[in-house]
Amino acid sequence: MKSTLNRLTPYVFFMPAAVIMIIALFYPLLYMIWGSFRRWSPSQQIGETEFVGLRNYISLWNDPNFAESMGVTLKFAVSVVTIEMLLGVGLALLLDRNIRGMSVLRTLFILPMMIAPVVVGLMWRYIYHPTIGTFNRFLDTIGVERVDWLGQNALMSVIIADIWQWTPFIFILSLAALQSLPQSALEASRIDGATGWQQIWHIKIPLMMPVLIVTCLLRLIDAFKVLEVILVMTEGGPGLSTEILALRISRTATEFRELGVAAAMSNYLLILLMLLTAAMFTYTKLQEARANRLRMAVEADD
Amino acid sequence: MPEIVFDGVEKSYGSVRVLPPLDLTLHDGEFTVLVGPSGCGKSTTLRILAGLETLSGGEIYFDGKPISALEPKERDIAMVFQDYALYPHMNIARNMSFALRLAKTPKAEIDAKVQRVADMLNIGHLLARKPAELSGGQRQRVAMGRALVRDAGTFLFDEPLSNLDAKLRGKMRTELAEMRDSIEKNMVYVTHDQVEAMTLGDRIVVMNEGVVQQQGTPEELFKEPRNLFVAGFIGSPSMNFMEGALVDIGGEMHVQGAGFDLPLDATTRTRLDTATDRNVTVGIRPSSFTTDTSGATVELRVIVAEYLGAQSVLVTKLGKTELLVETQSTAPFKSGVTQSFGVNTDEIMLFDRSTGLRL
Repeated sequence: MKSTLNRLTPYVFFMPAAVIMIIALFYPLLYMIWGSFRRWSPSQQIGETEFVGLRNYISLWNDPNFAESMGVTLKFAVSVVTIEMLLGVGLALLLDRNIRGMSVLRTLFILPMMIAPVVVGLMWRYIYHPTIGTFNRFLDTIGVERVDWLGQNALMSVIIADIWQWTPFIFILSLAALQSLPQSALEASRIDGATGWQQIWHIKIPLMMPVLIVTCLLRLIDAFKVLEVILVMTEGGPGLSTEILALRISRTATEFRELGVAAAMSNYLLILLMLLTAAMFTYTKLQEARANRLRMAVEADD
Repeated sequence: MPEIVFDGVEKSYGSVRVLPPLDLTLHDGEFTVLVGPSGCGKSTTLRILAGLETLSGGEIYFDGKPISALEPKERDIAMVFQDYALYPHMNIARNMSFALRLAKTPKAEIDAKVQRVADMLNIGHLLARKPAELSGGQRQRVAMGRALVRDAGTFLFDEPLSNLDAKLRGKMRTELAEMRDSIEKNMVYVTHDQVEAMTLGDRIVVMNEGVVQQQGTPEELFKEPRNLFVAGFIGSPSMNFMEGALVDIGGEMHVQGAGFDLPLDATTRTRLDTATDRNVTVGIRPSSFTTDTSGATVELRVIVAEYLGAQSVLVTKLGKTELLVETQSTAPFKSGVTQSFGVNTDEIMLFDRSTGLRL
């Protein structure tokens, strides 16, 4: 009797967390998956809805607007992550040194990340304003033709805003990675005759790679889910030019009143993100397995 | 293979001075060991020589040419680091060939050099492995190999053996000694271990708090230490020190203290002409005690007998002073017993109590 109780102890402690997880995570998730198989308008209880099988998924698959939205999302995610990685890592390499006031500078650099997305959206909307916006006024003063930021070049503009906000994320993670590199290996490379560039290319970047890959995947996952900034800046327009998936899901649910379709769309996004997450876990697992194998090899030698 | 001259080299971090002006000459083709306790400035000296730290004053000359403005790679040096500093992402062959590859050496030449050095160090079978797949001793060899492949004029070693276990350290020390004899290069070796210093160095530079205390061959340092610090630092087990006073007994000079009265031999006596103070610090090496009690003796209470095999080290007390005695293990000693030990009075060293200088 007592031993049974003992065996149960861990599960008893585990229960509160499990209950919260089930209510907060699995219940809505299952509800969404269930809903994605039904024709469902917001005025209906889920019990009153009609089961349509995979019809929502199939019609989405053939929906050019959904494809367009998916394309925009991919374009957005790939460009922001690529540029942010280049800038973030570059900045980290530049600022990885002890000069006076560096801590202040670093704090300034990561400020954009701390601002609420809605505020960022509003701010950039003013910056991009066709007549009174900061950018076009500046272009006026230097005598260059105005740019139709949120019109003709809307996708580029939201990409710029996202880069402004999220480069710091990559910057601080890269900087942390850089500062934890083995200093003596870098010193050895200096003695071996490596120039600054050669140190970056042959030593720093390869050693930072594990952190960079995880950072990149995290950022990619995040970029697929971006909503607020774009919602505030362009509401997905003009046309569908900046209508990323998250925005389309929200509009399908609220404007088009098709909860089932919105749920199916969410599931597509979820599958995509799960693939990315799985890639990330596989990568870390591979690293661990490698480290283990190495340790075994060393022990076998001793 | 240059002659290296430190001319008033200084180093400060802000207002903290870690190295007061240092003058030092490292002769061509010599194996010089910088030895001293942690924080004595020996590693800083080496890093300044390597160009990894800038100097705050003075100048270093290689064969008369000032080099402080040169980058590490322009100084024709190779260095072995305490933590080996291997490149974790490269295999052993690539680790060893990194400098040559940067220098755009032809591939065939690189392969030949790496193979030759790897065979010399018995790491030829490890070339395809990554550093993480090697044991500590193997990594140590790779670090040496990486330096040797370079064929630089000067080799710097920054406590290269301190991360190894005792047995391996002894083995590597022997190999290093062999290497020292086979390679005609300048070698500068930093360590806090006086045994390493004594066994490896052609010349030893003893440092403390950034100041060179004495330099010389191992034998000079052992037999003729210039001051208390060197006397206490060099030699294992280390020298015993007691407070004593010089007394003239019937025309014969004695040194007396709590529980001992030892006559001084003629050579020591003549050295004492410069002494102004009668109060001195007496230094007796553990090996200067004998079981032969026909001459001068002291009564010592044995606290612990540390059996080391052929030799034993006795921890004894003379009054409140702890003294180490090195003896043959043939005569067993019991703890807690007080007995007489002879002293080789010609090996007694006397030091000025205020300056610490040898009298």
